Amino acid sequence: MPEMYEVIENVVLAEKVNRYRIYAPDIAKRRRAGQFIILRIDVDGERIPLTIADADPEAGTLTLVVQEVGKTTARMTRLKLGERFLDVVGPLGAPTHIEKFGTVAVIGGGIGIAPAHPIAQALLEAGNRVVSILGARTQSLIIMEEEMRRASDEVLVCTDDGSYGTHGLVTDILKERIESEGKPDLVFAIGPVIMMKFVCKLTAEYDIPTVVSLNPIMVDGTGMCGGCRVSVGGKSKFACVEGPEFDGHQVDFEELIKRQAFYREQEKESYECFLAECREKNTK
Amino acid sequence: MNDQIDQKEIERLKGLKNKERMEIPRQKMPEQHPEERRSNFREVPHGLPPMSAVLEASRCIQCKQPKCIEGCPVGIDIPGFIARVAAGDFLGGIRKMKETNMLPAICGRVCPQESQCEQVCILAKRKEPVAIGRLERFVADWEREQGKMETPRVGAPTGKSVGVVGCGPAGLTVAIDLRRAGHEVVIYEALHAPGGVLMYGIPEFRLPKKIVNAEVDVVRKMGVEIRYNHIVGKLENLDELLDRHDAVFLGTGAGLPWFMGIEGENLCGVYSANEYLTRSNLMRAYDFPRADTPIARSKRVAVIGGGNVAMDSARTAVRLGAEEVYLVYRRSQVEMPARDEEIEHAKEEGVILKILHNPVRYIGDEKGRVIQAECIRMELGEPDASGRRRPVPLEGSEFVIDVDTVVVAIGNGPNPLVPATTKGLDVDPRRGTIKTNLNTMHTSKKGVFAGGDIAIGAATVILAMGHGRKAARSMNLYLQSGEWDIEYLPGEEPAPEEEVDKKKS
Repeated sequence: MPEMYEVIENVVLAEKVNRYRIYAPDIAKRRRAGQFIILRIDVDGERIPLTIADADPEAGTLTLVVQEVGKTTARMTRLKLGERFLDVVGPLGAPTHIEKFGTVAVIGGGIGIAPAHPIAQALLEAGNRVVSILGARTQSLIIMEEEMRRASDEVLVCTDDGSYGTHGLVTDILKERIESEGKPDLVFAIGPVIMMKFVCKLTAEYDIPTVVSLNPIMVDGTGMCGGCRVSVGGKSKFACVEGPEFDGHQVDFEELIKRQAFYREQEKESYECFLAECREKNTK
Repeated sequence: MNDQIDQKEIERLKGLKNKERMEIPRQKMPEQHPEERRSNFREVPHGLPPMSAVLEASRCIQCKQPKCIEGCPVGIDIPGFIARVAAGDFLGGIRKMKETNMLPAICGRVCPQESQCEQVCILAKRKEPVAIGRLERFVADWEREQGKMETPRVGAPTGKSVGVVGCGPAGLTVAIDLRRAGHEVVIYEALHAPGGVLMYGIPEFRLPKKIVNAEVDVVRKMGVEIRYNHIVGKLENLDELLDRHDAVFLGTGAGLPWFMGIEGENLCGVYSANEYLTRSNLMRAYDFPRADTPIARSKRVAVIGGGNVAMDSARTAVRLGAEEVYLVYRRSQVEMPARDEEIEHAKEEGVILKILHNPVRYIGDEKGRVIQAECIRMELGEPDASGRRRPVPLEGSEFVIDVDTVVVAIGNGPNPLVPATTKGLDVDPRRGTIKTNLNTMHTSKKGVFAGGDIAIGAATVILAMGHGRKAARSMNLYLQSGEWDIEYLPGEEPAPEEEVDKKKS
């Protein structure tokens, strides 16, 4: 039997994007679509929130898809099988509200496709017609396309550079779709904040209810620190317990973007320090 | 340390008359100089040297009817342990202490003794009270530093099992007492470390984490299992715990930070005290980049509030390198809920008190970072419900202070995670606390007990421990008898006339 929080799988999906399977049987049994975990690599590690992409209750594993953006995620990509995280806590956040809405457009941007997957799956199972729109900068960053096809009635793909699928943004595809086939009953958008912001801008014009999944900075994940607060409809909400999903038309995305950037300088410093250490080790 | 013991002096002190004892000045703990401690996180007071402890203990006149025991929420035999210290028998002192309090190194540091045991000390009437807290700390530190920490004996297995939610002061106390009685105890902790507020909230310079770890270690050695990263209300709910355990104690604390709801509170650089302190304490952000968690690199900080958490935040900001730290409080210094000692320490370290001030809004730059706090001057009006004079804003007195960081330390509500996911657990709709009979620590749900901040709202470590003590007694009884419909613990029923008085009021 694997050890608690052991890395069972660590594969490269795209440049700087890895898929992990982690042994965490209790969480794997409990988690539902839309929820997340917080993990910590070692005693000096930061607690970082990551949305659960999938889980296998039988095998007791959680699947995470993570992009290397800083020190913690860089250390994750270097984890070998059999190594373990010091802490994994969850499932956190409220699960996605799933019911039969009718036609639902599920939009995944970049690694946002990973957490969009369990939501598409659950929506499909609930009898919705699921149209998934996958977008990324370039072809290699379109991940989990096969899985998304299995979890959707239809999948539309686009890339910023036109290297794969339609040349354009997810909002272009969504707009075209609305114009040609009418409005979906609901839109789900998960991805970079800027993408979610523009999806919401578009769906507001068409008056389509839109749910977004937010990933602000967090520490404890149980509502204790309030670091993850976001303004929703003019009110301050704790994304860790009241989210992470909110009515996208009410979210103050500008504030979220700024709050996410607050530690950028330190994050960069920490990341560069780590990469320099790695280079030093390699040359020795 | 033993070689510093002067037996002759101890003998001389033994012979003192009460009048002479009362002439001995209250012994001070040596401490780090303010200039030095401004830039480190090491503990501020060093603790009494052994002979100062003996001298301090000799000030106690061993009252026939000691008031101090009543003044202690966990009922420590204070004259008993002090008598042993006076005799130079430190091991005897700590053993006496641990009959009732297993966490003395913690209590000796963070209890507000001046409003509890020391307040009612008979010496306080004419002179300064016996420094009970310093002596408590002394015996606990002596035991640990001498490597003499003992694991208390646990009772014969009862076959009963108890779940404790939250590894803070209340939960730890319940776990110790019930384990001593022979029950199996599992503590479920949401974070990755034990101690709750002792670990995430109270800074290293006031309560070193190695001390919390050492005291928790003893709990573990008693056979209490602690499961970290286990969030009751998320990973499983309370009813599932009740399937596994014969009784459950909820000590989930006051983990919901309040904000004022004023403009600009979501600007970058505006923290709750919980977040600020958790980053610095639990995540050791002061050691960034060696520790991965960042914290604002502040130059000018405004801390809002006047309690111990506000003092801790302000003093943390000083140590993190801030040049100017303001403490903005809407009443005057007299009304500050913080301990005098903490206020004095903060002032010595250069924290600037802005009393009778209140923030009205925060102003940010184009990056959404706070750059100014607009405050208004206040004056004190008529007393309010708390008995303190109500602060009233002076219209037109607004002004701004330049800041790059704001720490909001105006209090915490009870954590809603367990009540929100449990059926049949009544909650006070206004305060969010779990409705608890404070005589029995019973909640509205059979087999479920509660105590500490989740039961009464944010209070102190020692009150939480007192609740834990009471809950353990009550749980013990319940585990033996299975009886739930009681209003009081046996022997604690009020006299009939008291009952009548209560009804009148």
